[in-house]
Amino acid sequence: MSAALETRGLTRRFGAFVAVDAVSLRVEPGARHALIGPNGAGKTTFVNLLSGALAASAGQVSLLGRDVSAAPQHLRVRLGLARTFQVNQLFAELTAMQATTMALAERAGLGAIWWRPLFGMAGLRAEAQQLLDTVRLPDAARHQRTASLPYGRQRLLEIALALAMRPRVLLLDEPAAGVPPADSREVLAAVAALPRDVAVLLIEHDMDLVFRFAERITVLAFGAVLADGAPSEIARSPAVREAYLGSTEVAHG
Amino acid sequence: MILLHAIPWAGALAGYWLFPEQLPLLSAIAIAALFAVSLDLIVGYAGLVTLGQAAFFGAGAYTAGILAQQGWGEPFSGLLAAAAVAALLGLISAPLVLRAGELAGLMVTLGLGLMLYEAANKAAAITGGADGLQGVEMWPIFGLYRFDLWGRTAYLYSLAVLFVLFMLARLLVASPFGWSLRAIRGNARRAPALGVPVKARLTAAYVIAAAYAGVAGGLLAQTTSFASLDALSFQRSADGLLMLVLGGLGSLYGALLGAVAFTVAHHALSEASPVFWQFWLGIALVALALAGQGGLLGLARAAIARLRRR
Repeated sequence: MSAALETRGLTRRFGAFVAVDAVSLRVEPGARHALIGPNGAGKTTFVNLLSGALAASAGQVSLLGRDVSAAPQHLRVRLGLARTFQVNQLFAELTAMQATTMALAERAGLGAIWWRPLFGMAGLRAEAQQLLDTVRLPDAARHQRTASLPYGRQRLLEIALALAMRPRVLLLDEPAAGVPPADSREVLAAVAALPRDVAVLLIEHDMDLVFRFAERITVLAFGAVLADGAPSEIARSPAVREAYLGSTEVAHG
Repeated sequence: MILLHAIPWAGALAGYWLFPEQLPLLSAIAIAALFAVSLDLIVGYAGLVTLGQAAFFGAGAYTAGILAQQGWGEPFSGLLAAAAVAALLGLISAPLVLRAGELAGLMVTLGLGLMLYEAANKAAAITGGADGLQGVEMWPIFGLYRFDLWGRTAYLYSLAVLFVLFMLARLLVASPFGWSLRAIRGNARRAPALGVPVKARLTAAYVIAAAYAGVAGGLLAQTTSFASLDALSFQRSADGLLMLVLGGLGSLYGALLGAVAFTVAHHALSEASPVFWQFWLGIALVALALAGQGGLLGLARAAIARLRRR
């Protein structure tokens, strides 16, 4: 069976600096996979290479067995790869309903239709409500400008928009980042409730979340893969302790 | 709701009987409004700022003008030709504008506008150069309604074209396509991550806006039986943007309102003091900018909301 997402020798250079260095990674279908690494390890660059936001200097990305190395971002999305952003990338002036419905229309291939009103498409509206139910965005928050929502709520919308793409592979770039502790439970619940047939690659700093969520962990350091394995192996690995944890203290042994 | 939409159009139509002496001015407003709508589509909805929209307006004006001068004076096909030429020009220039970054793209639109202006100036054999295009003769509309000296036919014709294209634009901005443009304007990083082909959508919006501007230019040439370099001038691009900001960016009625306010103010103030009118325009712009976003339409909406709360 082909991997949900696979990279071979994926590399990105910025001048002389190698941000991502020949990374080969395999994410299985339905996986709960975490990508961790110290600050500056190249995690976000790697995500940008996967999603197509950045062009790779070398190497390949394949999605569900298909080489998408040359495909632009929007095509990778259509083939089933969606992502969230480390810092919210939302539409400040649109409401959650508007943004979600628009995203669903795009997913359904209706984005180029110009002769029918978006909000006349009853099916899409119902689907948008459902999706916002899934991430538990309260009703009252759905019809406000996104910019006026608290950050935690915006984070839920960030996830809802990615889910609107009906992904087969979902890249979550630090979903809990910047969320005040009081709201983080909602976000974590939304992450935990992701459909099991979707492969998830979680990029995260928060070790609690990583060890609770992941069934497999890849550690990135200086742009290269340092370790790859089950959470228990990673927690025991001396190399990981040294590079990532920076001490002999084990995070979750 | 429908009534609210009917008011501006009923008012525009009433102008035909209320101001029989001012019909050429009313035609000028309708044409300016169509131009402002074209700018609103690309600047207000798609978020792509341009300083060269007059290039398409002028291309449309010369296309319709030259067509009529050369012996084909049928108005509607003339407008279609104007739209087609402007759209083609848009399609050719879109990759150049979109390729460059934000500021660079702005410079490209400015450069293309200036280039076309000088080209038309040099090509005097075709365009009449600085003297303008003479001898534009229009056929009657539907073979029945001649363009008269008082501008009656011209106004109703311009208003009808504006109405149809305005309604089409409303359809457009409410569609998934229109919402994807708002998404691109709102966040150009997120839009492609939601499967939006940003370049293709912006190109489409740019071409549609170009066609709209082309029709506006065609209307001007047809209703005044004249086309001049003025149609291609930077001033026209800038005026269009001023109307938009004045009326309210990103709302089609704002474009209409801005065109009316700007043209009427221009007319009234420049009659009072031909040179000094821009001073007053400047004051109005500063005041509106300070009063908040949304231009005149935004102010009106805020006022209505305040009244309702009471």
